[in-house]
Amino acid sequence: MQGVLQQIVSGLATGGVYASLALALVLIYRSMEALNFAQGEMAMFSTFIAWELVAVVHLNYYAAFAITIAVSIVGAFVLERVVIRPVEKAPPLTVVLVTLGLFFVVNGLAGLIWSYVIKPFPGPPGFPQAPVSFGGVSLGIQDLFLIGMTVVLLAILYLFFQYTKLGLAMRAAALYPETSRLLGVRTSQMLALGWGLAAGVGAVSGMLIAPIEFLDPNMMQPILLYAFAAAVLGGIENPVGAVVGGFLVGVMLALIGTYVPGARDLRLAFGLVIIVAVLIVRPGGLFGRAHVVRV
Amino acid sequence: MRFAGLSLRTWAISAAVIVIALLAPLYLLDRFNTIEFAYVWAIAIALIGLNVLTGFSGQISLGQGAFMAIGAYVTAILYFKMKVPYGWTILPAGLVAGLAGYLFGFPALKLSGLYLALATFALALSVSPVIKNFGDLTNGHEGIVLPSITDPLGIGLTNEQWLYYLAFVIAILLFLFARAMLGGATGRALRAIRDSETAAAASGISVAQFKTMAFGVSAFYAGIAGSLFATITAYVSPDSFDLPLSLSLLVGMVVGGLGTLFGPVLGAAFVVWLPIYAQQIFRNKPDIAYGLILILLMFLLPQGIVGGARQLIAWVRRRSGPVELEAEVADLGPAAPPHAAERGTGGS
Repeated sequence: MQGVLQQIVSGLATGGVYASLALALVLIYRSMEALNFAQGEMAMFSTFIAWELVAVVHLNYYAAFAITIAVSIVGAFVLERVVIRPVEKAPPLTVVLVTLGLFFVVNGLAGLIWSYVIKPFPGPPGFPQAPVSFGGVSLGIQDLFLIGMTVVLLAILYLFFQYTKLGLAMRAAALYPETSRLLGVRTSQMLALGWGLAAGVGAVSGMLIAPIEFLDPNMMQPILLYAFAAAVLGGIENPVGAVVGGFLVGVMLALIGTYVPGARDLRLAFGLVIIVAVLIVRPGGLFGRAHVVRV
Repeated sequence: MRFAGLSLRTWAISAAVIVIALLAPLYLLDRFNTIEFAYVWAIAIALIGLNVLTGFSGQISLGQGAFMAIGAYVTAILYFKMKVPYGWTILPAGLVAGLAGYLFGFPALKLSGLYLALATFALALSVSPVIKNFGDLTNGHEGIVLPSITDPLGIGLTNEQWLYYLAFVIAILLFLFARAMLGGATGRALRAIRDSETAAAASGISVAQFKTMAFGVSAFYAGIAGSLFATITAYVSPDSFDLPLSLSLLVGMVVGGLGTLFGPVLGAAFVVWLPIYAQQIFRNKPDIAYGLILILLMFLLPQGIVGGARQLIAWVRRRSGPVELEAEVADLGPAAPPHAAERGTGGS
């Protein structure tokens, strides 16, 4: 029983990473109904920036954390203006192919700049290293940090979208683009802002997982798959669903990896199974609504 | 004058291409280039298959590499572990992959557009860990080294030339098969489904049957391509069939153009040669070049190079002289009705 609880806790921790990347995917989907296949690679690139700041410039970890998020938001805003804007009105699949192109470019650039040799990435300093024990289940501080950051991220986004004028404009632009434009909302810029926010959230996910998985240009590819599974499970349009989905996927993977013999290496395939199964059984996900299309 | 639905000019160009392709390894190509062109023919087969799926039935796949992997491993296991002569492993490789694709086609029926892209993306990512997991059969990480293949007929061909002709002949056969299939009722049904599933169903086309069939055929082609890939390389490993391969196939298909049949050869040449040039120019993996080209293509030519060339020619003809209804571009593609020739899928 303790073993199960232990696995659930560590599943929740890695689930937090899937949840935050899933959150980034949902942000983009809500604003333009497209999946950003480059989201994971962008997060990886952000994490390399953080590594550069910490390991080469010798900046304080938390300062590097904040600067990386800011740089990611601005960078993705610009990226959207340059690369996505020309296909903004194209069918979603064209946008998807462009994001796949970005996937290649960002991955290749990271390899070119930082090479494919794996690097260690520091965890958050200032916390005691020894795990805390609750009734036989030991909680790593790292794990708590992961879960806590995810919840904080969700709360910040909720407050932003619910209580700020900019958040309202972004929601309006996504839901009623025509009306919003008439009312003076710059809908196209709102899309770019959505990309920026998503990249900021993605950067957090990258910086959270890097101390566990080490840093290399291909590190986010499995995580992107789990994040897709999480987003689909929670309902691709629902931020809360994405976070819940992320934690669920994390726990499921941890349990399966431990208790199903030989399944440890099959976790990626399990991500595929989750995606296909959810889409077939309940296409709207746990929290979403099924779409009805008028022909 | 027309024979078998093609103009005389198309016949002449096709014949010239085939003669050049037949003579090239004997007179024009050195050993390295002969092998590279053998890869071109193998990849072209995978792209013809991908075209059936995406270009004709409108289902996008980012996972063609997964079916290539199945074909390659069927050949490697039969040939290396069970000592089956490799010539007899090619068809089973295609059939096993085709069956896998056909079965994948059923859940895919429920997934449209973005979600199918997502599911096939997951498929492409999961293939390598699955192969590694069944290490008893597949040798896991290490892969399987195959004995190199020599000319079995004893007519004095080098190994490279033999592999080239093997891939070339199979590619031509499969090309003709695809052309026969797509030029007839099946092709019309698939295009109808691509353009509107509801309208196709209302016209009495069994949408589910054709869509799963397209998946099966496409995977069959990928399986054959994978089998040839394994024989040409004389080695298979899980990492040969990772996500970048699947994506480069997609890029190759887009470069060659959706919905045409000559495109795949052009696309395959692109897929094979780009990494080599990228290596020389950027001293890096070809990723950046692939990505930039894919993005630029989406900006400029949503129908790919062949589709774009068709548009260009149609545009020139509209501006100069009488409008020819059957604007036929020098192309080995099916004699499609003019509206089908000009309509791309626009990435749908």
